[in-house]
Amino acid sequence: MKYLDEYRDQEVAEKIVADIRRTVTRPWVLMEVCGGQTHTIVKYGIDHLLPKEIELVHGPGCPVCVTSLEMIDKAHAIAQKPGVIFCSFGDMLRVPGSEFDLLVLKSRGADVRVVYSPMDCLKIARQNPGKQVVFFAIGFETTAPGNAMAVFQARQQGLTNFSVLVSHVLVPPAMEAILSSPENRVQGFLGPGHVCTVVGYEEYEPIAAKYRVPIVITGFEPIDLLDGVRMTVKQLEAGTHEVQNQYPRVVKREGNKVARELVAKVFEVCDRKWRGVGEIPQSGYRLREEFAAHDAEKIFDVEQMEKAEPSICISGLVLQGVKKPHDCPAFGTLCTPEHPLGATMVSAEGACAAYYAYGRHLEAAAKKELTPA
Amino acid sequence: MCLAVPGLLLEITESPEGVRMGKANFGGIVKQVCLEYTPEVKTGDYVLVHVGFALSKVDEDVAARTYALLAEMKQLDELNDGETELEVPLSALGAKPGVP
Amino acid sequence: MSTTPEATGRDAGALLGSCPLPRLNYKEIVLAHGSGGKLSQRLMQEVVLPQFRNALLEPLHDGALFSVGEERLAFSTDSYVVSPIFFPGGDIGKLAVHGTVNDLAMCGAKPLHLSVGFILEEGLPMDDFKRVVASMREAADAAGVTLVTGDTKVVDRGKADRIFINTSGIGVVAKGVNIDPKRAKPGDKILLSGEIATHGIAIMSVREGLEFETEIASDSAPLNGLVQAMFATGADINVLRDPTRGGVTSALTEIAQAASVGMILDEARIPIDEAVKGACEILGLDPLYVANEGKLLAVVPGESADAVLAAMRAHPFGRAAAIIGEVTSDHAGFVLMRTRIGGSRVVDMLSGEQLPRIC
Repeated sequence: MKYLDEYRDQEVAEKIVADIRRTVTRPWVLMEVCGGQTHTIVKYGIDHLLPKEIELVHGPGCPVCVTSLEMIDKAHAIAQKPGVIFCSFGDMLRVPGSEFDLLVLKSRGADVRVVYSPMDCLKIARQNPGKQVVFFAIGFETTAPGNAMAVFQARQQGLTNFSVLVSHVLVPPAMEAILSSPENRVQGFLGPGHVCTVVGYEEYEPIAAKYRVPIVITGFEPIDLLDGVRMTVKQLEAGTHEVQNQYPRVVKREGNKVARELVAKVFEVCDRKWRGVGEIPQSGYRLREEFAAHDAEKIFDVEQMEKAEPSICISGLVLQGVKKPHDCPAFGTLCTPEHPLGATMVSAEGACAAYYAYGRHLEAAAKKELTPA
Repeated sequence: MCLAVPGLLLEITESPEGVRMGKANFGGIVKQVCLEYTPEVKTGDYVLVHVGFALSKVDEDVAARTYALLAEMKQLDELNDGETELEVPLSALGAKPGVP
Repeated sequence: MSTTPEATGRDAGALLGSCPLPRLNYKEIVLAHGSGGKLSQRLMQEVVLPQFRNALLEPLHDGALFSVGEERLAFSTDSYVVSPIFFPGGDIGKLAVHGTVNDLAMCGAKPLHLSVGFILEEGLPMDDFKRVVASMREAADAAGVTLVTGDTKVVDRGKADRIFINTSGIGVVAKGVNIDPKRAKPGDKILLSGEIATHGIAIMSVREGLEFETEIASDSAPLNGLVQAMFATGADINVLRDPTRGGVTSALTEIAQAASVGMILDEARIPIDEAVKGACEILGLDPLYVANEGKLLAVVPGESADAVLAAMRAHPFGRAAAIIGEVTSDHAGFVLMRTRIGGSRVVDMLSGEQLPRIC
């Protein structure tokens, strides 16, 4: 597949690693922001290929993991209402709320459907005029254009039986929360490549300047991640703190203007609670008042629920890069993808889940030093 | 986050509701994509698709140039004493504000 | 089994010392119990085995082997609940025949006779049932087996998803054939008969919400002929396994655990069809965990690997066969994979259902 396969080339990967080795002179702590980037790092064993001086810590870029328990419980409450067709991305189906997950609710008779795109929900709404179709609109800035279009089109097409339950989150406030924490160890960032195809990277420049950290907007394939690490390390060694673009084949500084305009028309910024981290001001999107007719939170009478997370769970610290999954005593034992205790294990993208899926809980037991061929 | 995959745009259409749509080929799998956010793309272009939406056109020239720079780098054992390594200039990657 | 998660010390109580929190138990069966991965394994070990412990069941292979007089026989059963019941490249009937034929072939047996049990939902169109039965007849003929007995039940509307099928089968194991996961040993090579993930993606592609414009056809096939061709080389094949639910990595992990050996796979050598790969990319699925049909894994002594590979490639169902790894004495019970870019990772069994993702 073009623009994928060549970014998985072993020879080019080795060259980039060689350049990193030539460049690095002392320890550095880097964070990759996106769950998808964590996924690639763990799946390809990239952190094992890097020189020992470079430590990669995993960021909070997993919108599924950070969706608050209260929001998930609301989703479950809505899904159980008669006459509702509850649509969701696959990622959310096994995320546990206080009692169940969407798959369990489905087995008990709720009409829960997986969709690939929010536009699929419009078709379902048209085909089921007697039902209320509700879409669980989660995601970072990357997914907002898609979700915005679904709402906008629903209004244009007069689909009164379609609504969205919004739980969008934004990257820059999360990065600032990490950087301003007294426990922060992160010195350089691999920025969110796909988020930036939409928003561009101008808003990262003040962050780089204020906290004096290099931010390299990075793609998602192994070559991209290695190249992003390379560029970040070069800056760290040179003492610079610029925003650079490792992913220029799809990211432009100004992003996607058309997408941003529609997102701004449909959504507005609001405070949001991040599971495992707490409330971060101005870190989410909600539907604007003029779209209230499509706002599931307003349409359905769902009670607020406050529930505490199991205290053994350290996902807040994992999301901020302070701890690694294997630092947690419950990792791989009490806490597994089958029965996750907290945010970072609940979705396939969370650091704990990625570590588990790619065998990290077995590495110590396998007693094998995983070094390059 | 976020899973976005490049696909080759085969066809551009309009949905019955007037939404600009297309069909993209991902290594042999063809899927419908919404093109409202990429009004400039034409068939034959590569588009980056996330949850059924094209978010960006793949800039093939930039891709070729930046990839060539990576591929031309030296392996660890090819480096001789005194030889300078190939630097990827910051300006090629849009580091400075104001550079498009 | 000596290398279960419990036995290797990944037990909560031991880890937490003075305050052992209770392990979370499922109060209900969930879908993941049927997905062929860890939960399925646990269900078997915690609920079924304790009731039915006996020497023939113990190996927990695809079928049971036992002697009747001079003959060694293999006996296997499988149930099919796939939805939709008709999909590109096949249907539930064809799968049901192939499934049991292949379970027997994976024991090293020549399949002879099948039984079938139908559970039909009230309201199933008669034409659909006729189509399924005709398809089973065709599949049985192609595989060279006969359907010798069966049973049909009908349940109320809503109590069965159109049609559920169970097939059981019996076959004969020739002298000198000795298939047992425990026989995998260091130095053996791991062979795969062709492209992975095709069937699983074919099924997924016709599920609502995930339709593709391109048709991907299931590669379900009877493998007994292929297996006979492999035996004809004279090689002393140690293990055969068809990687159905849970995919290639779940199957290999089970074998590694059973034999207490390690395995190393080479990601670049694992064949996959481009369109199937494209589908996995856009849905965010890892093809190594996607269900397969019409494919087998073989663990054979190193010196026979090339001959067996050639025999596979000469057979219509083995054209894309490849050597994808080897068995080692290191990291017993674990399967490692050399990734495409030269890194490494441990591969584990599937945990639950693999769902499409956006992240």
